[in-house]
Parts: sequence; structure tokens; C-alpha cells
Amino acid sequence: MREVRVIEFHLDSRSGVAPYMQLIQQVRQAMRLGLLGEGDQLPTVKDVVAHLAINPNTVLKAYRELEHEGLVAPRPGVGTFVTRSLTDQSLAAHGPLRDELKSWLGRARKAGLDDESIQALFVSTFRTSIEETTR
Amino acid sequence: MTDPVLRADGLSKRYGRRTALSDCTLSIPPGRVVGLVGPNGAGKTTLLQIAVGMLAQTAGTIEVLGGRPAANPAQLARVGFVAQETPTYAGLTIADHLRFGAHTNPRWDQRLADERIAALGLEPAQKAGKLSGGQRAQLALTMAVAKRPDLLVLDEPVASLDPLARREFLRSLMAFVADHGASVILSSHLVSDLERVCDYLIVLVASRVRIAGEVEHLLATHYRLTGARRDPADLHPGVTVIEGSHTDRQSTLIVRSDTPIDDPSLAVEQITLEDLVLAYMTQATTSPRPALESIR
Repeated sequence: MREVRVIEFHLDSRSGVAPYMQLIQQVRQAMRLGLLGEGDQLPTVKDVVAHLAINPNTVLKAYRELEHEGLVAPRPGVGTFVTRSLTDQSLAAHGPLRDELKSWLGRARKAGLDDESIQALFVSTFRTSIEETTR
Repeated sequence: MTDPVLRADGLSKRYGRRTALSDCTLSIPPGRVVGLVGPNGAGKTTLLQIAVGMLAQTAGTIEVLGGRPAANPAQLARVGFVAQETPTYAGLTIADHLRFGAHTNPRWDQRLADERIAALGLEPAQKAGKLSGGQRAQLALTMAVAKRPDLLVLDEPVASLDPLARREFLRSLMAFVADHGASVILSSHLVSDLERVCDYLIVLVASRVRIAGEVEHLLATHYRLTGARRDPADLHPGVTVIEGSHTDRQSTLIVRSDTPIDDPSLAVEQITLEDLVLAYMTQATTSPRPALESIR
């Protein structure tokens, strides 16, 4: 099998999110965007630590967690592979949703909101809607 | 292998009247990358040099990989050491260094050494004196890892390197750990240098161990509390105040607690490793005795 380098991790040390969690989020994100699909190999532990200068246990922990979630599975002696797809129908919906969001942003600017007000409005509405759906 | 990689009990070192290390008690589990952090002059080098057998303690005991430091050739072969400033022999070539390593180390891995030198883009015929600081550090690291040690000890390995060389150095160190699973102890006066690589932390200030433990556990048991000004003694039992500052109205406390803090009158926040280390350093300058020697 030809080795394909599919994704590359990065770390934000100021984000306050634990490094292993950042790796997990980046794998999930790549799966949602369709960059990682079933059968794709995650970067090897050595590749990740040699790239990011982080502790190998951090990578192992992230991969174990992803395995626990049923998203990846290790093949002993080979590496860790994606076992399912997270894109399903939702990826197809991205385009139209992005267009709607763009036109909403246009209307917000026309109404005189600056970037910071738009962000604040979005974040507060987003939070309220999460609270409403979990209630 | 679950025996501690380093066990110290009441370890102390005195130079005449000056105390470099006092009553150091530690038990470091194997397979960790240990960050030894403290200000300059705290005793980090003393502790590391005792661990590799370059210095003898004045009191207490220490066991490294289950043996006495530098007790015999077998013990020496199991421990790799990179001293401060990553010294090399300026007049010798890289190849000379590797030949010297091969002659003096029974477990020497010439292939690993050659591969590392090639991967670094270094020319074996080059004299060590002509190398940049970062390249010299990489040569010193190559000498230490080609011994195939079970424990690798590095004293301030990145202190004198620029940010790029620092990152490169830690990358190759972590790649070695991923490949060979050795335990590592490395010191720095900056926790930010080590934050990404270490999973076990020891804070050493003014010759004493202030706290030691798994990074994950340390982060999960330390909090910043802010609220109306209050006497720290009023907090729940089990909550230890590491550092506190007060205005006329407000108190800000860095505390350790093994149980979650559920107090509606306080804002409870997680803290970063850097905040945690700074709190213990501040505590050390304001109270002569540590509140806590070590946890787990």
C-alpha cells in the first residue's frame, strides 16, 4: 500500500484546550470535512511527535480516545486507521448553509453592525439556542 | 517494568554551609518525560548530577533504575546524560565523537547515530567547534541516545538555543522516546520550554521540592478562586492555599484540592501549568517551608 500523508496536526498552546483534546478535535474536524474517510491512516505516533515536539503519550491518549469513540482502530504493527465516516449527509448541507449565512452577514452589515457586533450577536444566539435545545 | 525510574529519600547536598539540595523525596514512575523546573540556583543541576553519579550526596539515599548511580559499568550504560551547555570536543570531528562513543559504550547503536547525523544534514568530517549551538546540542543528544539508555537525563538542554533550534531539539528527543520508550528527565528554568513534552513535573525552588506529580493530575487538582475578600482559613478542609493576593474587596487564590470545589460565592477556574509553577515559586519566596513535599 502506498503511504499517503493525509492530515497534519497543529497545536495552539494559548487555547487552554489540552493538547490531546486538540488532536482529537482535529481528527473529528477532518472527518467531518471529508479529509479523512474510512480506511485512511492517521499519522504515526512518531510522525506526530517529531512534527509537534510533544510527548508520545499525548498522541497515544488521543488515539485511544478516538478508538473508544469508535472512530478509529489500531492495526498492530501498522498504524491507526479510520473505521467510519463522519460526513454522511451533513457535508452536502454545508454549501447551502454557507450561502444562507453569507446573505445573513450581508444583511447584518447593511443594518450597520460592525464585525465585533456580528460576532457577539452570533455567539450569544448560538449559546441561547444550545441552552434551549438542552433544556 | 513498574519500579520507579528514580527514587530519592531525604536526599541532601551541602557545600560547607551552603545547602544545594535539602531533604528531597521523590518517586518517579517509569516511562515518563519528567520536567524539572525551578529558578536558576534552585538545585536542579545538583539533583541531576547526583542522579547520574557525578556528585555524591551528603545525606539521604537515591536509586536510579533500581541501582546506585554510577555503581558499575552496567548502571553507567543504562543512563544517558547531556550536561548543561551540551559540551562537545571542539577539536574533534563528528565522526571522532561517534567513534569515541562506540569505544566507551557497550550498548552503542552506530546505525542510530549515523542515521541521526544524516537526518540532521551534518557532515561527519566536520569539527564540533565549527557547529552552531543547535547542531552542537543535537550532536550531544546523538551521543546520549546512541548509548540506547533506559533513562536519559538532560540538564537545561534548550536554554541556550534559539526558538527554532529549541523546537528541532525537542522534536528529535520526542522521536527517540516514541521509538525506544526511554524515560527522560530534563530541566529548565522555564516551564513553557517543557510544557508540550513533559507528562510529569517537579518544581524545585531554593533547594526544596515544592510539588511533584503527573501533569494531568496537577492540572486537575489546582484551581484559581476569585471572590469577595475572605480569610483563606475559611475554605473547606482539604483545600490548600498555594498563593493568595487580596485587594480591599477581592481575594484571588491559587489552591490545591483533590475534590472539586463547589462554592457558589467563588469563581472557580482551571489554571495553566505556567500559573501553577509560578504559584509554587511565589509560595517558596514567601514561606520557607513547603506546604507539601510531593503528591503521588
